[in-house]
Amino acid sequence: MSASDTICARFRCAFPGFTLNVDLTLPGTGITALFGHSGCGKTTLLRCMAGLHSADGTMTVLGEPWQTPRTFLPVHKRPLAYVFQETHLFPHLNVRKNLEFGYRRIPAAERQISFDDAVRWLGLETHLTRMPAGLSGGERQRVAIARALLTSPRLLLMDEPLSALDKASKQEILPYLERLRDALAIPIVYVSHSTAEVARLADHLVVLEDGKVVAKGPMRETLSRLDNPFRLDDDAGVLLEGTIAELDDHWHLARVDFKGGSLWLGRDNGMQPGDQVRVRLLARDISLALERHADQSIQNLIPATIDRIEPDVTPGISIVRLLAGPTPVLARLTTRAVDQLALAPGRPVWMQIKSVALAD
Amino acid sequence: MLETYWDPVWLTLKLATTTTLLLLLVGTPIAWWLARTEHWLRQPIAAIVALPLVLPPTVLGFYLLLVMGPEGWVGQLTQALGIGLLPFTFEGLVVASVIYSLPFTVQPLQNAFESVGDRFLEVAATLRAAPWDRFLFVAVPLARNGFLTAAVLTFAHTIGEFGVILMIGGNIPGETKVLSVAIYDHVESLEYLEAHWLSAGMVVFSFVVLVTLYALNGKARSGALR
Repeated sequence: MSASDTICARFRCAFPGFTLNVDLTLPGTGITALFGHSGCGKTTLLRCMAGLHSADGTMTVLGEPWQTPRTFLPVHKRPLAYVFQETHLFPHLNVRKNLEFGYRRIPAAERQISFDDAVRWLGLETHLTRMPAGLSGGERQRVAIARALLTSPRLLLMDEPLSALDKASKQEILPYLERLRDALAIPIVYVSHSTAEVARLADHLVVLEDGKVVAKGPMRETLSRLDNPFRLDDDAGVLLEGTIAELDDHWHLARVDFKGGSLWLGRDNGMQPGDQVRVRLLARDISLALERHADQSIQNLIPATIDRIEPDVTPGISIVRLLAGPTPVLARLTTRAVDQLALAPGRPVWMQIKSVALAD
Repeated sequence: MLETYWDPVWLTLKLATTTTLLLLLVGTPIAWWLARTEHWLRQPIAAIVALPLVLPPTVLGFYLLLVMGPEGWVGQLTQALGIGLLPFTFEGLVVASVIYSLPFTVQPLQNAFESVGDRFLEVAATLRAAPWDRFLFVAVPLARNGFLTAAVLTFAHTIGEFGVILMIGGNIPGETKVLSVAIYDHVESLEYLEAHWLSAGMVVFSFVVLVTLYALNGKARSGALR
């Protein structure tokens, strides 16, 4: 990665309660998730990147310096877009005027996303004359995303865009975000504290704790690392990428093949053979057996080898890292079970996977 | 007879309109600054702006008379500029009214700007709006209730002025004899019928102004702002 296709963010600044101290180089494509518990500084970092907070540091986006020790480009001169948690649509303007707000303020020659495209992508055709107060939460967030895109940004910053929404609205927005990720070449920095959202959307992960970066890297590797101080507790797990290999009409199931095995999961209507999917396996949903037991209800039994065993943050619990072929998987067991089964690195075992779901 | 009725009314409306327009120009930047700054001068400036609320109008009028008089620094300045002296002129009344009604413009505007908050302005900045642009197309429209309240209160308050005007304007028909002074004159000369006409007119006018203001505020509150 050269400086012209990365995002470099280096900030050091004391805030009440914590000190932000980061030095990050992020890829210039795809979605990078800034993940961490509330109060870890992820929103502050995003605001520093945008220039909404002036912290000491440097910020370079795809070769353009936005902030150096001597210069500071004001927010309105940065080719960025920012989607806030609370959408903050201008209440005095209708949807069309909201969308046009940023669009009209950039030179016509710099408009790479047309008004009609943005309206179509976010499904806003029938809402243009409505006022923000009359929109649902999901609709409002879609308008906010379209409004941001219409400035044809070189960097899109999103601050927990889904966290204020109910479950149904989240499900409504997620496909739009996935489509944007796949259709646009704009790098997105996405702040979230939801592992489910991060697992579904992000290509890259940065984990923050107390104002510092404690882990970073490509999504899959970072999630499955045992030494990852990514304190997920109950949510620890891995993400598998696989292909829909078979659809079973009789039992209403679908088989997903991944490198190292295959899994059966409940099919849904949109699935087609050959589709690429992400499957999330939570460590707490996996138990281990030394032999294959056929006489039990669990459908997904996959052979694997133990790679490492580490204590969890919770006393009495161990996290076991396994390899199914080349694919790492995490299992969460009581330390007593580890002891009784005499589990140790190198030992072949059967993973009994209690539940499997597509990442969403 | 009719002229002596209408002269003060006309003069009063002219004074109130001029004062309101000038104060919206002067008061808006002051209110914006007070609403957004964290400067240590914020409290002292806010106190100075609020002074006319607590001072007796005669105190204000007395100092204005001194400052604008031939020995005062404003008086010497206006004389040097060839404008002459301000006391006992319509222009003098305008200057006094602007100072006297300042809090009635600044405080509603300041409250309105404060309730707009930072976030909408930040959103506008991320949508490429420069500071002036943000002020004109985000802050002002979102604070429009504040502008309405400020204008109505300033206008109404200027119409009700008496003490300050008597101190620096005296009682010159067609120049400084506004409604309140005219009513006082009529009462002094026991012309109760004339005093009644003007006073009742003021009561009706004030009532209509307040009802309109409350209605507009109520409508805006239940309307677009979420």
